[in-house]
Amino acid sequence: MNRLIYLDNNATTQVHPEVVEIMDYCLTECFGNPSTVYSFGRKAKRLMDESREKIAKMIDASKDEIVFTSGGTEADNLAIFGIAKANKDKGKHIITSKIEHHAVINSCKALEKDGFEVTYLDVDKYGIVNLEQLERSIKKETILISIMHANNEIGTIEPIAEIGKIAKEHKIYFHSDTVQSIGKIRVDVKEMNLDMISISSHKLYGPKGVGCLYVKKGTRLKPILYGGEQEHRLRAGTENVPGIAGFGRAMELAITDTDKENERLTRLRDRLQEGLAKRVKHIIFNGHLTERLPNTLNCAIQFIEGESLILKLDDLGICASTGSACTSASLEPSHVLLAIGLPHEIAHGSLRLSLGRDTTDEDIDYVLDVLPKAVDELRAFSPLYKEFLKKGK
Amino acid sequence: MYSEKVMEHFRHPRNVGEMENPDGTGRVGNPVCGDIMELYIKVQDGVIVDAKFQTFGCGAAIATSSMVTELVKGKTLDEALKISNKTVAEALDGLPANKLHCSVLAEEALQAAIEDYRKKEGANK
Ligand SMILES: Cc1ncc(COP(=O)(O)O)c(C=O)c1O
Ligand code: FES
Repeated sequence: MNRLIYLDNNATTQVHPEVVEIMDYCLTECFGNPSTVYSFGRKAKRLMDESREKIAKMIDASKDEIVFTSGGTEADNLAIFGIAKANKDKGKHIITSKIEHHAVINSCKALEKDGFEVTYLDVDKYGIVNLEQLERSIKKETILISIMHANNEIGTIEPIAEIGKIAKEHKIYFHSDTVQSIGKIRVDVKEMNLDMISISSHKLYGPKGVGCLYVKKGTRLKPILYGGEQEHRLRAGTENVPGIAGFGRAMELAITDTDKENERLTRLRDRLQEGLAKRVKHIIFNGHLTERLPNTLNCAIQFIEGESLILKLDDLGICASTGSACTSASLEPSHVLLAIGLPHEIAHGSLRLSLGRDTTDEDIDYVLDVLPKAVDELRAFSPLYKEFLKKGK
Repeated sequence: MYSEKVMEHFRHPRNVGEMENPDGTGRVGNPVCGDIMELYIKVQDGVIVDAKFQTFGCGAAIATSSMVTELVKGKTLDEALKISNKTVAEALDGLPANKLHCSVLAEEALQAAIEDYRKKEGANK
């Protein structure tokens, strides 16, 4: 097997060659500390500032509103703990949803242990948050609403602009984890009334271990790391200059041509979905039919378990992922799949295929050819499938 | 994360499928993650002459089911009862720590199948 069909782009992406190029330049010829006064150090600073400007421009922010971090997880942590620390005199209530990334959910859980109250909003069967429940949950102690833009597992896109409006009306800070949406769909912090958004470089063909938090001017936020005065005193530590340079280039590349790329990805994804619907019996598609990231396909294949399917696909040269309990350390199925109402045994057979820039029509044909066979092989010795067949008779 | 042996049994599981008129059937569910294993045995003169399985579970669950059916063939019932999850895991060159519970499933399915056989035998006497 020499063919690699990478369908796990929501987990991470391949670094773009132009990103490698600028990082290489940075590592070899620009290794100075950006905080220094001499011109060699200023060179590194300039590279970093260019990245900051590019990123700011693409989300309609200004460059002093970008705080570089070590990735999406740190950006989420900074937003949540930073707001909690700076605003606890006003109140200790936070609203988020049941389908957030663990970077948000576990930060909120940690705050609960410190005496904060957190409301985890329900979602409907498509994964859309309940806006009525959101409005009902707001109280005068509410200091933050944190709702992701697009979900990493099922791809559902949340009504961020509407949530932004509600947050603004009530004068509550609004943070959105846009790690999965940036570079795939349009994000405009002004139009969407966003006070903070988290971005991660490795989801958009940039390097791992770098990202940023956009923080709107005037937002009351405290740092979570203490030390030097970097990043407007919000994130201490010598900056990851090569990472930041790569991140900036990756953002620029990701945001040019999104419309054409989205059209292409949507067509491929829909073809994959239609093909699977035809070739695999007892398959359920998860997520919203239209309000969904163009590259994401999540389904549950009944009577088989996800990890075993992933291993079979791996043997066939296909990289994919699952929300099955068997693959998590906690042995719990994905919290997102449970939140959209899937029973445990269905969540068990979940499969996420996330397409990317390199995905071709041939890849889709190949998956449509081999995946149904892999499913059949596993079903051939599934006691649940046997029972199902017997019941049907 | 899995040993080559585990992957080999996962890729080519031995003794898969349902058995017609088994002498003993053991069906167990994994309370931890919700998987299901069914093991069937054929017994002649106190010796397990054939074993088959059906499993709904992860790679480790499938490989341990396959291995346990291999291990029990030709064993007397008392010998078979001595097969523990550790025996199965060792025969597979080890399992990751978070997958040991899947081999417990194999041990329990085997014990349940033998118990089922003995119950039926008792009823026939
Ligand atoms: C929605 C979402 N938020 C946050 C993260 C974490 O980002 P990072 O891997 O950069 O820490 C991820 C990536 O797994 C994600 O998908
Ligand atoms: S059967 Fe679920 S983890 Fe092995």
